[in-house]
Amino acid sequence: MLMFNKWLTGLDRTRKVAFGRISAFLGVSEINQNTWDDLEALLVQADLGIETSTDVIRALKQVVVENGLTRSEELSQVLKQELLNRLLPIPEPVLPDQKPLVILMVGVNGSGKTTTAAKLGKQFANQGKKVLLAAADTYRAAAVDQLQVWGERLNLPVVAGQPGGDPGAVAFDAIQSAAARGFDYVIVDTAGRLHTRYNLMEELKKVYRVSGKALSGAPHAVWLVLDATTGQNALQQAKAFKEAVQVTGIILSKLDSSARGGMAFAIQKTLGLPILYAGLGEKPEDLEHFDREAFVNGIFHN
Amino acid sequence: MFDNLSGRFNEIFQQLRRRGKLSEADVDAVLREVRLALLEADVHYSVVKSFVTRVRERAVGHEVSKALNPAQQVIKIVHEELINTLGEPDRLNLSGPKPRVVMMVGLQGAGKTTATAKLAKILRSQGERVLLVAADPYRPAAVKQLQTLGQQIGVDVYTREGVKPPDLAAQAFDMAQKSGVSAMVIDTAGRSQLDDALMQELQAIARRVPVNETLLTVDSMIGQEALHIAEGFRDSVKLTGLVLTKMDGDSRGGAAISIRSVTGVPIKYLGTGEGLDALESFDPRRLASRILGMGDMIGLIERA
Ligand SMILES: Nc1nc2c(ncn2[C@@H]2O[C@H](COP(=O)(O)OP(=O)(O)OP(=O)(O)O)[C@@H](O)[C@H]2O)c(=O)[nH]1
Ligand SMILES: Nc1nc2c(ncn2[C@@H]2O[C@H](COP(=O)(O)OP(=O)(O)OP(=O)(O)O)[C@@H](O)[C@H]2O)c(=O)[nH]1
Ligand SMILES: [Mg+2]
Ligand SMILES: [Mg+2]
Repeated sequence: MLMFNKWLTGLDRTRKVAFGRISAFLGVSEINQNTWDDLEALLVQADLGIETSTDVIRALKQVVVENGLTRSEELSQVLKQELLNRLLPIPEPVLPDQKPLVILMVGVNGSGKTTTAAKLGKQFANQGKKVLLAAADTYRAAAVDQLQVWGERLNLPVVAGQPGGDPGAVAFDAIQSAAARGFDYVIVDTAGRLHTRYNLMEELKKVYRVSGKALSGAPHAVWLVLDATTGQNALQQAKAFKEAVQVTGIILSKLDSSARGGMAFAIQKTLGLPILYAGLGEKPEDLEHFDREAFVNGIFHN
Repeated sequence: MFDNLSGRFNEIFQQLRRRGKLSEADVDAVLREVRLALLEADVHYSVVKSFVTRVRERAVGHEVSKALNPAQQVIKIVHEELINTLGEPDRLNLSGPKPRVVMMVGLQGAGKTTATAKLAKILRSQGERVLLVAADPYRPAAVKQLQTLGQQIGVDVYTREGVKPPDLAAQAFDMAQKSGVSAMVIDTAGRSQLDDALMQELQAIARRVPVNETLLTVDSMIGQEALHIAEGFRDSVKLTGLVLTKMDGDSRGGAAISIRSVTGVPIKYLGTGEGLDALESFDPRRLASRILGMGDMIGLIERA
């Protein structure tokens, strides 16, 4: 409950502007064409995309006919349920039982991979696990330093390579040393890359393969960090990363921003990938299990 | 998606073979598709709405040129309107007493620090004496990141540990003035437009040093929220330009239209890669085609 509230408070200050309107129009009027138009505006503005928005509205219209609803007030519950139904529950368990368990963090530039790697490290450490961070972004300026600062702050060891070095080698070394030293988790931070860059995606595939050589079955999880402010491009990103490195779950970062992250719906529908965590700030504790209820409520809260 | 659109238009072409003036039906049929294309490009819902209304007014009753069919004619008008909205690429305003100050602002991870270094490189190649100012004390290793980039391009970076960004900017400005620096680029921390404390920090910087340019740096993959973000920054600081980053991907970059039409702030640069040479001026025609997502068709229309 605490988590849920924290999430909502975070969203609260941001939602007033765009979503004050929904309760206004859903609360009072009769259902008419304006209701549908307003609803479309609302959903599209939350980045659900026109296709998903149209689809949701089509489903709602059907419910309205079937149940003989007339007041738009009654729509609000149905709408909420309709959106909830379109989000997968987080799979139980999220992670297989392996030791060490290797998680590969992937995503486009600046999406929040490094910060999320640190946040995850903290969560696992709080559960009493031994966590090793691997700084396999040898490309971006001071990317290694960034993870090392997190490691120091959170008291987590970091395996790092040389700037310009081979990211696969960093992952390999980290996994092997984690296995030798009895670690529970290895979180491998990789460089940001646009999904359209062939060479960089090949490099990522190599990191994936090399991980498997260091430890059979690794990486056990590949998490795509998606910036919640991303629009329609998010689906292309998710598709490309899934194809390249078998993404197993999504982390939606920066959900504390004013954006609603509506692309999550299309990604779930098209790719069937669960959304596992929500990033809700820049501090290490600002990561929570994805909560469908809070996410959908966030869309309507005013 | 691109093929898809061309396909949809070809269908419309089949239906619209007549000549003469554009009828309401001609125009509406095409504008329905244009609306979808713009929404798929992340242009803001309300911006699309007013844009489509504007084009409709202009297009209905318009004479169809000999070389084009009615659908192509409407697209031509749409394309022209998009180009007009995007405006011409604007140069950096570096007038007034030295050092001239450029401040980079924007959301977390948008590409500010990278753009700061890229800009420094361009300025130096134009003969400026450049100083970079590392005014992000929050993100882990943000200062180190700028220092590393500064080293790569051979430009000095001003840093002071434990000094607040407004004080830091003022100190850097003093030093720059004394040492004959002609242009100073301030890299600020990523922030939400709703974060009052951090927005006030930007205002404080602008009070302490005379800022020539405040460039809002926006990730081109951004969705509908771009409009509110730009409004939020504009309401706090005097934005003078827009930098659209990560244009080397396959995002359509519709945010450019939203931001430009709501704030009127000119687009100054496009970021087109992680390398420090990848900062370009933009071509409104090409950007308009990209946003509309119908490159082939525009080519066809332009050759007609
Ligand atoms: N508000 C907010 N900011 C976040 C969140 N997650 C990350 N950030 C910020 O986003 C920026 C980029 O985060 P990074 O973790 O460096 O992103 P990255 O994906 O590792 O970036 P590259 O390695 O350069 O591709 C930083 O300023 C982070 O503090 C979040 O959940 N909320
Ligand atoms: N492909 C591509 N990557 C870019 C571009 N501009 C920046 N990046 C990358 O995007 C990521 C974030 O860039 P930064 O410059 O650190 O972003 P920032 O706005 O300073 O981030 P914060 O300081 O955390 O708010 C890095 O991985 C950059 O290399 C671009 O035009 N194209
Ligand atoms: Mg990183
Ligand atoms: Mg930065």
